[in-house]
Amino acid sequence: MNHKLIRWTSVSYGLLIYLFLYVPIFVLIAYSFNDSKLNVLWMGFTVKWYVALFNDADIINACKTSLELAMISTVVSTMIGTLAAVGMYRYNFKGKSILDGLLYVPILIPEIVMGVSLLAFFSMISISAGFLTLLISHVAFSIPFVVLVVRARLDGFDRSVEEAAMDLGATPWQTFSKIVLPIIMPGVVSGALLSFTLSLDDVIISFFVSGPDSMTLPLKIYSMVKFGVTPTINALSTILLVITLVIAGITQYRNNKNGI
Amino acid sequence: MKDNSGVLTTVLVEDSGKSEVNSKKRELCALISPVVFWMVVFVAIPLLLVVGVSFLQRGIYGGIEYQVTINNYIRMFNPMYFRIIWNSVVLSFFTTIICLILGYPFAYFTARAPQKIRGMLLMLTILPYWTNSLVRTYAWIILLRTEGVINTILLNIGVITAPIPMLYNESAVLIGLVYVLFPFMVLPLYTSIEKLDRSLLEAASDLGATPLKAFFKVTLPLTKSGILAGAVMVFIPSLGYFFIPDLMGGSKGLLISNLIKNQFLTARDWPFGSAISIILIAITLIIIFLYFRNAGSKEKLEVF
Amino acid sequence: MKLCKKFWALTVILVVLGLITVLFAAGCGKTEGSKPKLASELNLFIWSEYIPQAVLDKFEQKYGIKVNQTNYSSNEEMLAKLQAGGTSQYDVAVASDYMVEIMLNQKQPIIQVIDLNNVPNLKNIDPQYRNKVFDPDNKYSVAYVCGSAVIAVNKDKIKESIKSYKDLMNPKYKNSLVVLDDERAIIGIGLKLLGYSLNETDEEKIKQAKDVVSKLIPNIKAYDSDSPKTLLINGEAAGGVVWSAEASLAKRENPNIEIIFPEEGMYLWQDNLVITQGAPHKKEAELFINFILEPEISAMISKEFPYTNPNLEARKLLDQSVLEDKSAYPPQDVLAKGEFLRDVGEATKIYDELWSELKQKIN
Repeated sequence: MNHKLIRWTSVSYGLLIYLFLYVPIFVLIAYSFNDSKLNVLWMGFTVKWYVALFNDADIINACKTSLELAMISTVVSTMIGTLAAVGMYRYNFKGKSILDGLLYVPILIPEIVMGVSLLAFFSMISISAGFLTLLISHVAFSIPFVVLVVRARLDGFDRSVEEAAMDLGATPWQTFSKIVLPIIMPGVVSGALLSFTLSLDDVIISFFVSGPDSMTLPLKIYSMVKFGVTPTINALSTILLVITLVIAGITQYRNNKNGI
Repeated sequence: MKDNSGVLTTVLVEDSGKSEVNSKKRELCALISPVVFWMVVFVAIPLLLVVGVSFLQRGIYGGIEYQVTINNYIRMFNPMYFRIIWNSVVLSFFTTIICLILGYPFAYFTARAPQKIRGMLLMLTILPYWTNSLVRTYAWIILLRTEGVINTILLNIGVITAPIPMLYNESAVLIGLVYVLFPFMVLPLYTSIEKLDRSLLEAASDLGATPLKAFFKVTLPLTKSGILAGAVMVFIPSLGYFFIPDLMGGSKGLLISNLIKNQFLTARDWPFGSAISIILIAITLIIIFLYFRNAGSKEKLEVF
Repeated sequence: MKLCKKFWALTVILVVLGLITVLFAAGCGKTEGSKPKLASELNLFIWSEYIPQAVLDKFEQKYGIKVNQTNYSSNEEMLAKLQAGGTSQYDVAVASDYMVEIMLNQKQPIIQVIDLNNVPNLKNIDPQYRNKVFDPDNKYSVAYVCGSAVIAVNKDKIKESIKSYKDLMNPKYKNSLVVLDDERAIIGIGLKLLGYSLNETDEEKIKQAKDVVSKLIPNIKAYDSDSPKTLLINGEAAGGVVWSAEASLAKRENPNIEIIFPEEGMYLWQDNLVITQGAPHKKEAELFINFILEPEISAMISKEFPYTNPNLEARKLLDQSVLEDKSAYPPQDVLAKGEFLRDVGEATKIYDELWSELKQKIN
């Protein structure tokens, strides 16, 4: 009886939070069908923004750049960050506390300062701003988030399992991939999700380190504010949401099938 | 705890032969070289540039005058700037607390859901954040405005008789910040709650602990690292998100992030902007280190 | 340890190789640029939604030069990016009046002289938009579009007649106005009310102006330079001081909005095309500027965006209804009373500190 009550409360609490998370998303989707150029008042139903989207090469290109950038920087930063978290968890070494401090800097430093200083640095070593500099910078500000999350997972992790595997003759790589990785996986996934989210939505740092041929979607959108962010962006977001949901749904469905 | 494992390693290293030492070192190197490289080249060096600029002067027309001075730091000792910093810290503090209170039960719920759907639940949590933040903020404005969706519903069902002003005040800023930073609290919490051994809780309840007591004595201490990670990842970025206070708060009241942004843009005073940033970074780093030192030693006392 | 050394050695080699490649590529680029043939692309640094794509397409059709657009959302952002090392990547930028002055005043100017022989269409520009204070000989900049800051009032919510900034200080309008989030514009209201110049540099006078403006502060619901129209359209704000184009867009969605030219004199602005120092494609940039000044092209821009078009030949091609939009084409006497913003040099610090104080008062 008590159990049922707890279950019921927790499920309804979960639903409430999801409501909080999705209410603005519903509005966003609704306004992608709004017959007004401005995201302000409801004027009537239309699908013209979807048509406009498919004719807007600029936005589609920016979206492509952003997705590519987010995917590559997520992979790179998740790998580097996970290795770092494991290394820092396992060993004490000279300069560990300095590294620790440095890892907080990208979170601490105001974005505009990081953007300006990175651009100044890149131009000092004459790397011209473009996709590469965007990637480098996105990786730099994502790594700390991955490290923090993975370390939260590793904390309290029982090292004896790992040592047992080593004693039984497993190579360090085997130990890592067969023992450590599965244990920290939820942390790695969370870290990857966060760094993807960060990269996909970054504006200020990207503004400074991007070049003429590497406009990202958030840059495009933020520079639209003066004249009004058109519902084309809502249409784009809606499409991306639907695609992601479908992919996630299929994966889930297949996992369940395999699981049973 | 971390220190302990380090000691363990050192002991191991000393005990075994030289090849063992080398292989350990090699492993360490393989693990942390990439991060060291990235952090030194792309974070430390640019940061040194900022430190350097903070000791220079603003030219008459903006730009940087190559004349060493500590005036930028002295200028900070103005009660107005202290007030700005204080206001920002208070706002970030409340954002963090609300995120934690809302996020902990939610992360717990997700981590305790059947294994099959956990991934899906996590995905659903982060998905809203893959839309553009500006468009999402516009959606909030549509919801919260005086003649907006929420006020209309509340008026129609008779909960209120006059619309509540929900935008362009501090609560709007808080709603916006909590919303934006929510996943940064939930995900680390999830990862540390998920690894909790349920048998520990069962043991606690077998020993007669009430669920509440078990939560405070077992669950909470064991998920402390997740709470800390989440708090850092919410508190610090909330100091820097200026577009939420600007859009949902009507840009009233200056926060530290606005102050720094203004120095780099409108005032074109990069040296002063750099000095404020350096102070901000230094203070926060000191707080974090002090906190972790204390938290670390306490944790050890509790666990061992 | 060995592996570690190897790793570092490899990194150093990679970095050095990378640098050589970059330098080499840069060198090659230069020799290519010196050939008389036109390059195939041009990099434009501009506000978003400020130039119709059709115009850029036409340019490509005519000359075979593709225009890459990069957007910024404020003059200051653009300047910061160019100063931090972006100058060699952009050819043409759009800069407001005072920004042209700032760019010229830097120790190493950020923009360069435009060869006006390559821009014969400059003659189309109304003389009153040429040789302005920020560029007296019209050597560095060419007018693109213009506008002003006006008072906008929602007649549903504000019944009284509003003529001046002073009328906005009526305590009746507590917490109901939207104004520009711009220190010079807002402190400028005080300066104007006191009869001073917008570009005052005397600390005492600026402080007086701040005290005058602080009476307006309780009436301000939100500061917004980017999209104040949102608050005007959705009814959150009863009125305010906003850009003329914003007011005119708001009026399109909400006919109750009335546009008023403050009797103290308006804050005027003029955006200009400039060529950055170190632009890789200078010839093409001049070609582009000249192209923009062609009457048909300039008219295309005005048909899409509600700004003042300084191009007299282009105005002849516009519909009467466009020219009658009084927010974009205010009467001559109103314009005469207006004032452009100028860089105030050292006084920028004073404005900045007073602005920080003004904004703090609310808490």
